[in-house]
Amino acid sequence: MKSFTPIAIVIAGLAAVPLLVHSNVVLNFFVVALMIALAGQGWNILGGYGGQYSFGHAIFFGSGAYVTAILQVKYGVNAWPAFGCGIIAGAVAGTAVGWLAFRAGLRGSYFALVTLAFAEVLRIVASVAPITGAGVGTLVKLDLSFASLQFESRAAFYWLILALVSVALIVTWAIERSRFGAWLTAVRENEEAARALGVDAVAVKIGAMVISGAITAAAGCFYVQYFLFVDSHIAYGAWISIEALLTPIIGGAGTIFGPLIGALVVKALGEAALVVTGEAPGLDLVVFGVVLIVVVGFAPRGIGGLRTTLLTKIKRGLGGGTAEVRRG
Amino acid sequence: MAKPLLDLRGVARRFGGLIAVSGVSMSVREGSITALIGPNGAGKTTMFSLISGFLKPSEGQIYYDGREVTGEPAYKLARRGIGRTFQIVQPFAGLTVRENICVGSYLRCRQRAAANAAAEKVAREVGLETLLDAPADTLTVAGRKRLELAKALATEPKLLLLDEVLAGLNPSEIRDIIPVIRGLRDRGITILMIEHVMQAVMSLAEHVFVLAEGRLIAEGAPAEVAGSPIVIEAYLGHGAAKRLARTP
Repeated sequence: MKSFTPIAIVIAGLAAVPLLVHSNVVLNFFVVALMIALAGQGWNILGGYGGQYSFGHAIFFGSGAYVTAILQVKYGVNAWPAFGCGIIAGAVAGTAVGWLAFRAGLRGSYFALVTLAFAEVLRIVASVAPITGAGVGTLVKLDLSFASLQFESRAAFYWLILALVSVALIVTWAIERSRFGAWLTAVRENEEAARALGVDAVAVKIGAMVISGAITAAAGCFYVQYFLFVDSHIAYGAWISIEALLTPIIGGAGTIFGPLIGALVVKALGEAALVVTGEAPGLDLVVFGVVLIVVVGFAPRGIGGLRTTLLTKIKRGLGGGTAEVRRG
Repeated sequence: MAKPLLDLRGVARRFGGLIAVSGVSMSVREGSITALIGPNGAGKTTMFSLISGFLKPSEGQIYYDGREVTGEPAYKLARRGIGRTFQIVQPFAGLTVRENICVGSYLRCRQRAAANAAAEKVAREVGLETLLDAPADTLTVAGRKRLELAKALATEPKLLLLDEVLAGLNPSEIRDIIPVIRGLRDRGITILMIEHVMQAVMSLAEHVFVLAEGRLIAEGAPAEVAGSPIVIEAYLGHGAAKRLARTP
């Protein structure tokens, strides 16, 4: 995307939502959707732009959440610096996992499995370690004040998460236009060819993992401030790994708005399914699965890339499908 | 005589029990076009992978630009100025031609505008300027070969390794691209090429190395090498040189 205007319009439009909507239920929906979008934006840097599909972004979400919560509860740190430390923890976790996985040359499904394994190990450790509150979890003390980063109004939380999503949008936009971004997509498209052109593929992938980890960790930090509770299933559970990868893929992996579109669509469908069926547990997951199959099958560029997909299909249809043959 | 830009000393590469390349010593003069020829399976592409850092030699040393670079990874050698193309073209299929070339030009230009400008200049040099915004996977075979060349050129190499850039092209396309390659040499890029199209080797190369079964069997001026009985036998089998000589 060349111009910054669409991003500014989307941010301004979303910022106006609490002025028009006063229902707490609706605002809560938007806050959660934006939180998932933020986690997905982190995944999108590594998976969408870098082509490294992580199945374990809970590593970052959970590390951010736990660091934010533990620093406040066990060490009496103020919520604001604790939030910042949570984001840094995500970046550190990204460096560590990236260094181990990419130095070892893991690609494709091997990389996905290793990230999944890391997340599971962390979940098990967190469920027994005393510092995380083990099975009981960690409860952050209720203190509705600006100083402790807790707000009475949903709207304030909404603007906080929107601000974080906006920063992630701008970071993504900057990456797309930078040398780092060009090298990252080159590694996604063809790692060998990229190396021949002087791209240090391992360093580029680790760099992407650091940024990716920091952004997804921010979603975890926000979770703690919003719900004031975290345990091992929330922090390192498979649910967030799945949602972090599902939303960009459905919305359009490797596009600026993909995670945001995906999160809004997926969350809306999930809510609708719960309403229709009277809150049958786990049904929203079935809906996610169906949406994923439809999107992967018919719109591989995601909902955001639907226009391009359709245009290409029409063009290829007119051209007698020769492009498909050449692709072989 | 100019100093060698690339110097190989006793380079060997084994894959398990298979010896792909063994005891190859050769040097490429700065500012020359040198060809590496040989029958299929002779180890030519393995040689390229060794020189460009995609494979590490099992034995021997490689010197480039006066320093030893044996075993350095590919991306470092690219930064030192060794560019390569792949025999099986490796475009970034999901990106446009411009974005493809930019990946290379970003190596020397940190800024986006400068990298774009450099990419456009390279595109004009290889004749891709009208296709800059086309997706790379819609290019024809000839277009893809040009793109392969453009990507490598965008890294501003001093030594360019061309792995069969003419293979799969028709005679008129070959006629079009030969002046491009000569133009590169004229502006100071040293070229080492693997080529099967003998017409191109004869007209372009100043010096030819012949590889067969992983060993260097002959070297010299193109005409000399093409007439050498050892070379003819390497291609056509034992006794072929004699039979050819008998045919009037």
